[in-house]
Amino acid sequence: MAEEVLLMKGNEAIAHAAIRFGVDGYFGYPITPQSEVLETLAEQKPWETTGMVVVQAESEVAAINMVYGGAGTGKMVMTSSSSPGVSLKQEGISYLAGAELPCLIVNVMRGGPGLGTIQPSQADYFQTVKGGGHGDYKLIALAPASVQEMADFVGLAFDLAFKYRNPAIILADGVIGQMMEKVVLPEQRKRLTDEEVIARCPWAAHGKQEGRKINVITSLELDPSIMEKRNIHLQQKYAEIEANEVRYEEIDCEDAEYLIVAFGSCARIAQKAMELARAEGIKVGLLRPITLWPFPSKAIAERAKQVKGILTVELNAGQMVEDVQLAVECSIPVEHFGRLGGIVPDPDEVVAALKEKLIK
Amino acid sequence: MTKEEIIKPENLVYKKPTLMNDNPMHYCPGCSHGVVHKLIAEVIEEMGMENKTVGVSPVGCAVFAYNYLDIDWEEAAHGRAPALATAIKRLWPSRLVFTYQGDGDLACIGTAETIHALNRGENITIIFINNAIYGMTGGQMAPTTLVGMKTATCPYGRDVTIHGYPLKMTEIAATLEGTAYVTRQSVHSVPAIRKAKKAIRKAFENSMNGKGSNLVEIVSTCNSGWKMTPEASNKWMEENMFPFYPIGDLKDKE
Repeated sequence: MAEEVLLMKGNEAIAHAAIRFGVDGYFGYPITPQSEVLETLAEQKPWETTGMVVVQAESEVAAINMVYGGAGTGKMVMTSSSSPGVSLKQEGISYLAGAELPCLIVNVMRGGPGLGTIQPSQADYFQTVKGGGHGDYKLIALAPASVQEMADFVGLAFDLAFKYRNPAIILADGVIGQMMEKVVLPEQRKRLTDEEVIARCPWAAHGKQEGRKINVITSLELDPSIMEKRNIHLQQKYAEIEANEVRYEEIDCEDAEYLIVAFGSCARIAQKAMELARAEGIKVGLLRPITLWPFPSKAIAERAKQVKGILTVELNAGQMVEDVQLAVECSIPVEHFGRLGGIVPDPDEVVAALKEKLIK
Repeated sequence: MTKEEIIKPENLVYKKPTLMNDNPMHYCPGCSHGVVHKLIAEVIEEMGMENKTVGVSPVGCAVFAYNYLDIDWEEAAHGRAPALATAIKRLWPSRLVFTYQGDGDLACIGTAETIHALNRGENITIIFINNAIYGMTGGQMAPTTLVGMKTATCPYGRDVTIHGYPLKMTEIAATLEGTAYVTRQSVHSVPAIRKAKKAIRKAFENSMNGKGSNLVEIVSTCNSGWKMTPEASNKWMEENMFPFYPIGDLKDKE
């Protein structure tokens, strides 16, 4: 049988993929432009089919703490929101990272700061990859550039989250959340049984089973010598993730003289810009980070040996560009082009920026 | 009669619940927390739920509750315990899920989580220790601090023109459609301890029988924060706390 190809929004794809992947619980709060995630789940009523729990919480704060509660029991739980809501979740995200709880957070970014705009943005890059909440921690950050990847990254995010006992985040922007595209959803999987959850997560708190000590989910430790060890353990885990889980896509980089680095919707725009530039004889390649953390620094540094300059294209005032600059260590010019406040640039603008900032 | 003749199983009238371990408690001598911990342990054992209970500890003096009761625990961010409990119970309906929170955690920073978890009728129990002060941080004003009561952040006494009024969360909880059992108890005397235990048992049974959410407030002392002896604290509580926070059931759906 041929695969069933559906047409839907990125936000809807997240919801369907969550049900198909056998997610145990979703806890959310409405905010534009991601409300379709909760709406789609409410319409699909997965509690009647897979047994998935869906709760509309009283706030983003409550929703992320429901995720903490559920994740602490070993179940597969997630939340989604958009920028102002994700700011509210930062406390819970820090606790999740501190207690090493696997879960999925989805941020369908809109423009800020403050209440900002409901239009697309990528201005939460720093918040996502540099911390956001308090303390030294990292989130595994995936940046989808299509509705298909919105669906695919739900499963990938949970696999990585459970592999490393670490929260994962899908950092999408309003374009990816709202645009409709063709998508093939994953096969429907059964949710894990309670026994399977217990076997998978021997650390989880769900009632002390016979023959083991009690399990306590906490990020608290008042003895600094123990707390330092915990932090060192986290850093070692992050180093392992950096060594093993970098993901990126390269398009037409082999003969490139200039490189564009862009993620999410900007990578799609940059791909078109690249075609336009090549039609004019400018050899441009595209490197699209799929994991924003761990960041593909080595791949970018490698391409820096070959190209004359790098342009990042972002829906912000210049955030990822700093990581690209760090990656190439000032060996070649690295410039940034961005539109702000919910404006999405045309490919022509990207070509013009490339010429102005790098080719001159 | 020799000591050996007296110490026999049939003469045993009291023993420590097996769920309570031997870790030295960090609670101040005279504090109500230890008594309430013991009652919770006894009720869990009497219900045979030792392997099916998840407690959620708060931020506040009881943050380390997980060090004393040998059950599975999750330690919540300040005020968020009812949100954690909501998810735990929804995902594991066969489990006994309770939160253990102080007045700052429950009635101040966690007001929204408390009210909404109760109003959704989550099948959980919230144990609410109300000693009218922030104990862990050193005796600052709580949402439940009585008018005129002195604390580190209202050193001249709680003044309603500056600090507003003490919040009666249990009265609010009783008005919510989702709550099954809402009660206010204390543990300052043997009869009070017995009544408090019965209340906890009823709340826990409701939680397992799908009757809705349950709130058990325990009006408590904080002799360190109040700067009184334990004995004087109990007397002060009876004379000052009980008139504003009257003991008894506020709501029982049965």
